[in-house]
Amino acid sequence: MTEPLEPAVHSGRVRFAERWGGFERAIGAGIRRLRQAWRRSLQLRVAASTAAVTGVVMLLIGVFLVAQIGAGVLRAKRESAIAQASVGQTTVVQAFTGLSPGDLNGIQSAFDEVTADSGTTGDLFSKVVLSTDDALNAQLQAPVGKIPHSLRQKVEQGTLALQYAEVDTSSGRAPGLIVGQPVSTSAGVFEYYYLFPLSAEAKTLSLVRQTVLVASLAMVLLVAVIATLVTRWVVLPVRAAAQTAGKLAGGDLSQRLPVAGEDDIALLATSFNDMANSLQQQIQRLEKMSRLQQRFTSDVSHELRTPLTTIRMAGELLFAGRADFAPELARSAELLNAELDRFESLLGELLEISRYDAGAAALETEQVDVTGILERALAASEVLASRHQLQIRVHTPPEPVLAELDARRVERILRNLIGNALDHAEGKPVDVSLGYDRSTVAISVRDYGVGLRPGEAALVFNRFWRGDPSRSRLTGGTGLGLAISLEDARLHNGWLQAWGERGKGAVFRLTLPRQAGAPVVESPLPLEPVAPPAVAAPALPADGGAS
Amino acid sequence: MEGMKPRVLVVDDDQSLAEMLGIVLRSDGFEPAFVPDGSRALAAFREVKPDIVLLDLMLPGASGIDVCRAIRAESGTPIIMLTAKSDTVDVVLGLESGADDYVVKPFKPKELTARMRARLRKYDDAGGETLTIGPPNSPVNIDVPAHQVVRDGAQISLTPLEFDLLVALARKPRQVFTREVLLEQVWGYRHAADTRLVNVHVQRLRSKVERDPERPEVVLTVRGVGYKAGPP
Repeated sequence: MTEPLEPAVHSGRVRFAERWGGFERAIGAGIRRLRQAWRRSLQLRVAASTAAVTGVVMLLIGVFLVAQIGAGVLRAKRESAIAQASVGQTTVVQAFTGLSPGDLNGIQSAFDEVTADSGTTGDLFSKVVLSTDDALNAQLQAPVGKIPHSLRQKVEQGTLALQYAEVDTSSGRAPGLIVGQPVSTSAGVFEYYYLFPLSAEAKTLSLVRQTVLVASLAMVLLVAVIATLVTRWVVLPVRAAAQTAGKLAGGDLSQRLPVAGEDDIALLATSFNDMANSLQQQIQRLEKMSRLQQRFTSDVSHELRTPLTTIRMAGELLFAGRADFAPELARSAELLNAELDRFESLLGELLEISRYDAGAAALETEQVDVTGILERALAASEVLASRHQLQIRVHTPPEPVLAELDARRVERILRNLIGNALDHAEGKPVDVSLGYDRSTVAISVRDYGVGLRPGEAALVFNRFWRGDPSRSRLTGGTGLGLAISLEDARLHNGWLQAWGERGKGAVFRLTLPRQAGAPVVESPLPLEPVAPPAVAAPALPADGGAS
Repeated sequence: MEGMKPRVLVVDDDQSLAEMLGIVLRSDGFEPAFVPDGSRALAAFREVKPDIVLLDLMLPGASGIDVCRAIRAESGTPIIMLTAKSDTVDVVLGLESGADDYVVKPFKPKELTARMRARLRKYDDAGGETLTIGPPNSPVNIDVPAHQVVRDGAQISLTPLEFDLLVALARKPRQVFTREVLLEQVWGYRHAADTRLVNVHVQRLRSKVERDPERPEVVLTVRGVGYKAGPP
């Protein structure tokens, strides 16, 4: 019989543990939810703290009240007890009149007479008479035990004394007050005690305590409700304002707050709406300007490009036939052709940058291999490099590096950076490195040419900026290439940075997130060269991830 | 074709450009015809029966996009757009309306004629080549000399460009083609160019040969690399 019980007990214990665990988890979740509500709800905080303060105040008031009332009730009881006792004294003196100290029977009947009326009125008070002589008390079987010893000592010293002690009542022993006094009679000195049970006073006090407690709780509850309601008046408009501000920030510019009355809240709503109005106007004005700018860009583009196409073709024809011309005409055809190239790229870049200024540039991202883009950019620069006998050293990982980006723009950035490096290489080789980690991919282009003066690294991306106005360019660059590259990098959420030192060359580093829209926190390639310029720059840094 | 000059229909409202194009095209061995108005372009197309169309996107009358759609609706004749706008939206819109290629103004004459020749070039049809790609239960059969594509017993009508794209992929069914390689083989670009050309035309091709273009079985995307033909 016992054996089958075992697993049941066991499983019961397991179930209990499970339930206990679940309970603990539930408590944990509850605490978390409470904390969250505390942090988030102004209403809850105000209501709870007001209620807490009210509670403390009510507790102090309650304790004070109960103490005061208790003291008052007891004081009254003592006074009435002493008055009763002094009345009782004469009764005792009368009862013992004419008795001699040895008259035991007389004394016994006097005892009975004096304490007689305590039987009927025992719950109001009772009386006890004792002799100061304990031998006599023993002979008379007087109830010595009813009176505390310490009180008897005081009474025996001849004074009226009071003491709180337990007394007998019809419903058992209860807290009470005993008043005792010595009475000198012809039969000797006796102690005469009144025993007052305090049950009526205790009842009164407990009633007072309960009333104060209930009143305090009601007060706390009331204050909490009032605080909640009052905060609600303030919090609701604030919440509405926060919601509306959120929608405004989200782009819904038509959102407004309702205005009611003329109070502070209404003032808030009015100012808020004014702000929203002026924001809406500003944004609409900017949007209109942006649209106009885009239209203008697009129109200029078409209007300029069509005649330029005709000029271009005419120029090419003249250039192709220049062998048949007189020398001046042939040279003119050459110049026309060369300057047309420059004009065309300048026009293209101006239009591109005005697209950025108009906010019309859009990213076309797709998953591509960045090494492939770099190879294409390098191939485009090959002609220029070989024409000027410049060496480009490429340091790329063997595996493809996939990233989500706009291949056309990234290739344009890289062509600009490589072209810029070739422009400033001064016959020395150019290093192009690609590094990547889990979230970013970086390409740095290093030349060992004239470098940059302090402070110039920040200027190189300015439009039409030239480091040294006397220097000519191999690429015939327009001065807009790096500015466009910076915009292209920014459009990708990426970085384009420059480092340079006089005589040590310059480094341009492009860092792009591998996932479109993700931020760049750290670049896998260093911006400042780690190795001295005399030594070739490392192919990849240790954290390049090319393993 | 031998000895016959390829006919070009130039649809452009700019008189000087049209005249200049005429000079360049004639000197390069083409026989150009001109129409300055979009609304008359389709009539001129039917009359001239050109081998290739040069189409300006911004035209009075009907827009270049509409003209492109109208021509494409009745013929697979190669169309090269001349556009002053290199913005993505305009380019993609033009390509999606059926243009095979586009040239951004200002272009070099050699660049234009090279693109035109790439579009007019015919595959060497030697050997009566036939190709098969796609899932075995529903293969795509390509008869290269006859320029015919058949799937599930039905003939699929492709433009010459779409046909060239499909054949390029089908000839090496296991090879993955990058967009750049396809640009070189199909469009005749020697340097890297706009890969949107490839994307748009792969979409157009899929809409014709695939049973469900959302889940392609014939022209597969290789993420981060390019495209390849589905296994035969």
